[in-house]
Amino acid sequence: MVNVQCSMRGRYCGRFIQHSSSSIEQYSISMTYEFIPLLPLASFLILGLFGHWIKDNAHLVAVPAVLVSWLLSLLVFFDVAGGHQTSFPLYTWLTSGTLDIHIGFSIDRLTAVMLLLVTTVSSLVHIYTIGYMRGDPGYARFFSYIALFTFSMLMLVMADNLLQLFIFWEAVGLCSYLLIGHWYEKPAACAAATKAFVVNRVGDFGFLLGLLLVWYSFGSLDYQEIFPRAHESASDLINVLGPFGGTWDVSVLTLICILLFTGAVGKSAQVPLHVWLPDAMEGPTPISALIHAATMVTAGVFLVARLAPLYNLSPTAMTVVAITGGITMVVGATIALTQTDIKRVVAYSTVSQLGYMVMACGLGAYASGMYHLLTHGAFKALLFLGCGSVIIALHHEQDMRRMGGLKDKLPVTYWTFVIGSLALAGFPLTSGFFSKDDLLISAWSAGPLGQCLTVLGLVTALMTAFYSFRLVFVVFWGPAHVDPHRADHVHEPSKTMTIPLMILALLSIATGYLGIPEFLGPMFETGAGGAAHEGGAAIGIMAVATAMGLLGIAGAYYVYVLNPALPDRFARQWQSLYRASLNKWYVDEAYDRTIVRPTFFAATELWKRVDVNVVDGAVNGVARAIAWGGWLLRLMQSGQAQHYALGMALGVVVLVTMYLFL
Amino acid sequence: MIPLSYYLILSGIVFLTGVVGVLLRRNIIIILLSVELMLNATNINFVAFSQYFHDVAGQVFVFFALTVAAAEVAVGLAIIIALYRAKSTINIDELQLLKW
Amino acid sequence: MELAFFIYFAGVIAATSVLVVATRNPIYSAIALLIMFFHVAGLYVTLHAEFLAAVQIIVYAGAILVLYLFVVMLLNLRQDDRYHRQWPIAAAVGVTLVVEALILTVMKGWTTPVVAAGTETTVGGTSNAGAIGDVLYSTYLFPFEVASLILLVAMIGAIMLAKKDIGGDEPKINIQHSEPQ
Repeated sequence: MVNVQCSMRGRYCGRFIQHSSSSIEQYSISMTYEFIPLLPLASFLILGLFGHWIKDNAHLVAVPAVLVSWLLSLLVFFDVAGGHQTSFPLYTWLTSGTLDIHIGFSIDRLTAVMLLLVTTVSSLVHIYTIGYMRGDPGYARFFSYIALFTFSMLMLVMADNLLQLFIFWEAVGLCSYLLIGHWYEKPAACAAATKAFVVNRVGDFGFLLGLLLVWYSFGSLDYQEIFPRAHESASDLINVLGPFGGTWDVSVLTLICILLFTGAVGKSAQVPLHVWLPDAMEGPTPISALIHAATMVTAGVFLVARLAPLYNLSPTAMTVVAITGGITMVVGATIALTQTDIKRVVAYSTVSQLGYMVMACGLGAYASGMYHLLTHGAFKALLFLGCGSVIIALHHEQDMRRMGGLKDKLPVTYWTFVIGSLALAGFPLTSGFFSKDDLLISAWSAGPLGQCLTVLGLVTALMTAFYSFRLVFVVFWGPAHVDPHRADHVHEPSKTMTIPLMILALLSIATGYLGIPEFLGPMFETGAGGAAHEGGAAIGIMAVATAMGLLGIAGAYYVYVLNPALPDRFARQWQSLYRASLNKWYVDEAYDRTIVRPTFFAATELWKRVDVNVVDGAVNGVARAIAWGGWLLRLMQSGQAQHYALGMALGVVVLVTMYLFL
Repeated sequence: MIPLSYYLILSGIVFLTGVVGVLLRRNIIIILLSVELMLNATNINFVAFSQYFHDVAGQVFVFFALTVAAAEVAVGLAIIIALYRAKSTINIDELQLLKW
Repeated sequence: MELAFFIYFAGVIAATSVLVVATRNPIYSAIALLIMFFHVAGLYVTLHAEFLAAVQIIVYAGAILVLYLFVVMLLNLRQDDRYHRQWPIAAAVGVTLVVEALILTVMKGWTTPVVAAGTETTVGGTSNAGAIGDVLYSTYLFPFEVASLILLVAMIGAIMLAKKDIGGDEPKINIQHSEPQ
């Protein structure tokens, strides 16, 4: 049954894509590649420079730009589907010796799907923002920043060399910082923005080391030059303890892959660098949807998929990736079970789902990981935007315990939210169902580690279904705990906010039928995907996963609708577990104790001891010494002409003596 | 012939006397007189050399030095008069407005 | 014979120059300087520079010294005048320079002059004045003109500096009369 389903989907859509692209073959679209990122960049520049005068009409600049970008991405997608892949340099920045740094584009199937994802979600978020941020004093600034973000993300996915990827990697991190701290008068927002940036930086340090190692080993940073030569370097070793006088030989490729993966750990919020993502919820909800659900956090997964040829040659690195993904998957889900802020629940859910994707890539199922990335982009963005809708309706209330009974007052929000949650839980016929199944099936066929992780994945699926419907039932069903003052004003938000919700709900279902794994499959030849989708194991896993999903929903229904007193009883019975989950397993506290406080202490000491005493002392000391010398020399200015004459006479004596005796 | 060195020693003595006078005396007019002494010493020097090298250029220079000495005396004494009008003293110790 | 004249003139010059510096009374210093000028003129005559001797007397003794005497008498100076506080160092400097000068002259062997080819002080027939005039108006014409300018400037400067307000006349230069300290 699975077999028929997959191939039917694939054949139908494959034919559709090929038919369209043949009519576009004559149209040379080599020019459109540059416009895709250039339009958001233009939007950023215009709004950035003239935002002060444009003010509340900023959407008139931003939205058309990103919509055209989306149309062009669609054209590119069909072009690539028709078999036209290309890679070309655009602008050479500098050449120095063997190092050649340039900006270039590499357009293949992976790029095409990512382009479509980024522009689609970005367009919908732009439209949503018109309603969400109405009246905000930073309206134009917000649009300019999300335009900048879109530009950076597009350049990142279209990069044809690692350095360009890294540059725009940092750029999206910067945009994340700017956007999380959009309401900069809130100290919590500033702290969250800084935390996001710093934690990302920790990962980027590893990324940079990996980058250097790549250049050192291959002499180039271009994909075109690295991938063909990767095979030859498969057995190269490097002595890691060399500078310290020891010997520990590690395969170069493994080291490169692990170092580059640390960047992905930071960017994609994997354990242990996941701590920034929940705090990032201090930013406005549209960016939570755009950046922290669909695009920026997926850059890490994209990186691993893009570098698949390298990872395939290093089983150790892949194991590291898979295990990290697995841990993240479980940790994220366990924390989401107890959170009370609706955005945090969805944030930890994102962490958990990202764990799924990273795990899939670590087990060689890159196509499955990317498939889940795409479907997740749709339904997670939907969930975030839905949360935003609820928050706006209740005048910026985010605590679940002060909601309830909203399903009649916010019908559109409710139904789209339910569709999103169903997709997240993996309810049959939603896109989430297809992608999660594909992922778990591919994982099962990847050896003993894969099977272990698949079991964990199934357990997590149970928890996922549970917490997502916990959210639905507590917020939309049951008695209303809404603040009475606000209860009267609760109404559905404007069309600009509800239409994107509906479009995303549609996509949450439709993306399951577009045949994405077959589209991406040929890119990752050694991906463990193809053969495993038939056979008994596949059907079994699909059945178990579906059962887990339904069980989770039923459990949530039982606990939160039928027996509302049950959650408190559970909390009291397993108090330490509950506390640990509520406090995010105390990871933040551990970091604070071990890293943050010592750094502050060291910085303060360096400031007081070194900077004030030594550095300032030296600089001021020079000034004081000169002043003292000047004071000394000043005594020569007695104002008495005869003193000066004496000086002259002494000079003559000295000169004559020198002449006589030297 | 009187050896050149005698003239040089003489002019040296007069010159150094002038220097000592400039350094030691407090009366501005005496200081100016000491400067005249120095000028005369150099004139003696020039004329002596002119005689011994048989080159009249030395004497021409004395001519000019004389001229300049005269000009300098005129202006110097005018300054002293103006100073005396301003400060009623010609003790050089009391003229120290340029002290730090 | 020449030596006797030289010793006389040189001795008086040295003695009077010391007197100029050493006497308390400014008038005595001026008179001593006058005597020195005359004897310097005498020295010039022994050196065959008669014109210069005449000029020396006219300009130095006749003009400069008279000017000094006028000013001394105008300012009606008192006689209390002590040596400057720095006199030990100044004396040391003076002695050092004397010694060094002696060393220079004696040890460097400048006792015999080098005879160079140049214009004679008295070319056969022409007097000293003629010889100077010859060179002055040909080779050194420009410095001669400049010297006249210097005298002009000095004259104007002296007048401006020493000018006094004569009731009704606005002075061009304001001399600040500050309190005597």
